Amino acid sequence: MKPGDLVVQRPEGLYCPPGDFYIDPWRPVARAVITHAHADHARMGNGHYLAAAPAEGVLRARLGEIDLQTLRYGEAIEHNGVRLSLHPAGHVLGSAQVRLEHGGRVWVASGDYKVAPDRTCDPFEPVRCDVFITESTFGLPIYRWTPDEQLFAQVNDWWSRNVIAGRASVLACYSFGKAQRILSGVDPTIGPIVVHGAVRPLNDAYRAAGVPLPETRMVTEISDKAELRRALVLCPPSAVASTWLRRFGETSTAFASGWMQLRGARRRGGYDRGFVLSDHADWPGLLGAIGSTGAQRVIVTHGSVPVMVRYLQEQGLEAEGFDTEYGDDVVEADQAPQEPQAATGEGG
Amino acid sequence: MKQFTRLFTELDATTSTNAKVEALQRYFAAATPADAAWAVYFLAGGKPRQVVNMALLAQLACEEAGIEAWLFDECYQAVGDLAETIAHVLPQAAETSDVGLAVWIEERLLPLRGLPPEAIAPRVRAWWRELDDMGRFLLTKLVGGGFRVGVSKLLVQRALAAHAGIDAKRVAQRMMGYTDGKVMPSAERFAALVAQVEEGATERADEGQPYPFFLAHQLDGTAEVFASRLGPVTDWQVEWKYDGIRGQVVKRGGRVWVWSRGEELVTERFPEIVALAQPLPDGTVLDGEIMVWTEEPEGPGRPAPFSLLQQRIGRKTLTKKILADAPVTFMAYDLIEQGGVDLRELPQRERRARLEALLTGTRLKLSPIETASSWLEFAQRRAQSRDLGVEGFMLKRLDAAYGTGRTKADGLWWKWKIDPMTVDCVLVYAQAGHGRRASVYTDYTFAVWNRRPLDKAEVDAVLEAIARKEPPQPGALQLVAFAKAYSGLTDEEFRQVDAIIRRTTIEKFGPVRSVRPSLVFELGFEGINRSTRHKSGIAVRFPRMLRIRHDKPLHEADTLAQLEVLLGAGR
Repeated sequence: MKPGDLVVQRPEGLYCPPGDFYIDPWRPVARAVITHAHADHARMGNGHYLAAAPAEGVLRARLGEIDLQTLRYGEAIEHNGVRLSLHPAGHVLGSAQVRLEHGGRVWVASGDYKVAPDRTCDPFEPVRCDVFITESTFGLPIYRWTPDEQLFAQVNDWWSRNVIAGRASVLACYSFGKAQRILSGVDPTIGPIVVHGAVRPLNDAYRAAGVPLPETRMVTEISDKAELRRALVLCPPSAVASTWLRRFGETSTAFASGWMQLRGARRRGGYDRGFVLSDHADWPGLLGAIGSTGAQRVIVTHGSVPVMVRYLQEQGLEAEGFDTEYGDDVVEADQAPQEPQAATGEGG
Repeated sequence: MKQFTRLFTELDATTSTNAKVEALQRYFAAATPADAAWAVYFLAGGKPRQVVNMALLAQLACEEAGIEAWLFDECYQAVGDLAETIAHVLPQAAETSDVGLAVWIEERLLPLRGLPPEAIAPRVRAWWRELDDMGRFLLTKLVGGGFRVGVSKLLVQRALAAHAGIDAKRVAQRMMGYTDGKVMPSAERFAALVAQVEEGATERADEGQPYPFFLAHQLDGTAEVFASRLGPVTDWQVEWKYDGIRGQVVKRGGRVWVWSRGEELVTERFPEIVALAQPLPDGTVLDGEIMVWTEEPEGPGRPAPFSLLQQRIGRKTLTKKILADAPVTFMAYDLIEQGGVDLRELPQRERRARLEALLTGTRLKLSPIETASSWLEFAQRRAQSRDLGVEGFMLKRLDAAYGTGRTKADGLWWKWKIDPMTVDCVLVYAQAGHGRRASVYTDYTFAVWNRRPLDKAEVDAVLEAIARKEPPQPGALQLVAFAKAYSGLTDEEFRQVDAIIRRTTIEKFGPVRSVRPSLVFELGFEGINRSTRHKSGIAVRFPRMLRIRHDKPLHEADTLAQLEVLLGAGR
């Protein structure tokens, strides 16, 4: 940390001293800029929220009645002399990088981002800056994603084979972002698509924001058992271990996550299949994004912080890490609300 | 390689044996015989020899990926497997090739043998460039040694049999020696594995065919009941029931085959039995028990604990040490073929007489016949079973034929097992079952106290600490996990326990949940041994839940010391 830094660490979260506001705080604060609506970045209890306009629906679906101000991507405002604008991060619908300009210096905080194309959100936009605050969830060279078309061919193939075998295809994934990306990528002519109660409000928010998604149904809307056996079922991971799953009879289970890249994780997970599908940048993606900002100083947050810092330093950049509370509880945050319902079989 | 890679991916992705067999069948249907020949070789346990050491491969991968050694090490820490780390760090191939597995092995990998590292490096580097992630992983495993895949030889045989529409036992015989590395796999050898059976023609490979095993029924009840159910003791042949692996030894045409009850050919795993059976005349089939026998200087010796035999099962290479530590013998108790003639229709007493005559002068063991004047006396003798290292009695009707499977039509065998040892223990972890029990928590881990709790208050304090996820203090009162069990409860009981598990979950580790301990179970098991592989230092055999002890408070559950007592009794 240096005097005059535009973003510093505080116990509440990442703080902009001249602007007097926080970015994705993990404790309640008066003014919060929210990069995206995942539970570890967008928390309850802040006084005032600022986010990108496309995030409004999903934020409200998750946080309810909040004091929310939105900006179009690229639209700038001044606050306490800090010029602030939001730029697409390509992570999920409404995800944004925060660009801060003050005293002739430009800082960009990435939030979570991915550089691969995604039909459900605006693509990542490289923003020139002096200092770039980057995430590092998959910050190791072992993480390289396969192109979407190959990946969705794998998913479609798995689903089709299950249809022939007469068993439902249960694909566990985060309810927000991952689920919609899968919906936009699979071939809906293979069979009916069923979504868990946790996924549906987010689908509604996506559709309301103008993102085309194929028709999805709730399990309660299907009375024909044979239909269920042909279905692709999207649900949070918690539902796979719950009684909710029983109504589908025989199933093949899969998990969609970047962590599925590793054989050990696939085998430990206990799923029949693992699809390597991530909302984060892979190693080449992270390095490419960092390079495209032109930043000479990089601050690394949540993920492989020490590795990325050392690697960037070896590349001649000034690099350091921030301790944040992002990333650890994404899965938990996604599944927690379903747990009590699932236990009594009312997961819907 | 692409087909083989896909097969490996599918086998790797599932734990369902049916799914594995389906994947294998799909592969055999699509692959050329030459490729399939090598696939069978590797899947059935044939080992590729290491031609390049892994350190060199790792170094090559760093160069190819343009990363420093420290970064590769970081990756390895995350992945946990060198070949997989290499596969992931390498840049994506621009274009992948589709060279068949046989060409890969015969024209590329085998010629590497004996080449200096500097000649090998450029080739491996070029090959990596034409393979995808999983292909590179397999190639690296194949040249670096250490190729393993999660299928058993038996499963490969089942899939080959289903593919060819022939009997799996026949495939097993045709596969004898297939993976010993003496003859290279080839299209011809594969064709011979799956060839159709010609009516009437005897295949040389058919010579070792065993008979279906005759299985016994479980006998429960008191000695009084027996008298009325079984009739006089003089109608029965009574032997000890051994805790080994049921097996058949076949001697025909100068060769010996050993089959286990799963109709798996295990000849290569038990060379001692082959040696013992070699002097038998051709056309002999013995039924008996494969077991480890502890010799005693004075007296006949005694059966060794099953755990010793377990060390032999699954070993592909038998070292001198393991052969010396766990010497295997064959305890014969029936003769089902003699002089090439099927004896199964003969009465038990006649087969037994021939067996005794046959084994005279050989070093094969003959299962001794136990006699008593009444069932009551047998019941008293049965109580010594644990001291003798056996599981109870086998009762065989003297006029019974040797039946097929678990039938009562041709004759009758009863197993009269000793009551299981029991322990009252506490449910601490649960995992969902498979198949019908998927998404129901049916697989439980049980624990006992490391010492007797002083009172309920002390137990409550421990439970609070568990709920707060605090690790136990060394030496303090704690629960020690010692056994897993997943059978013995009714569906309704499983549903009740499942609901309690969901309500009392503390943490989830993948498919496993830790629970706030609240349930005591009576757990029964057949045997108990010391084990260095279990935290408790104890391994139990065939544990099953006898009942839920809703009446028992947690502080009255048993302790490690009580297991120690059973351990003494189990000797």
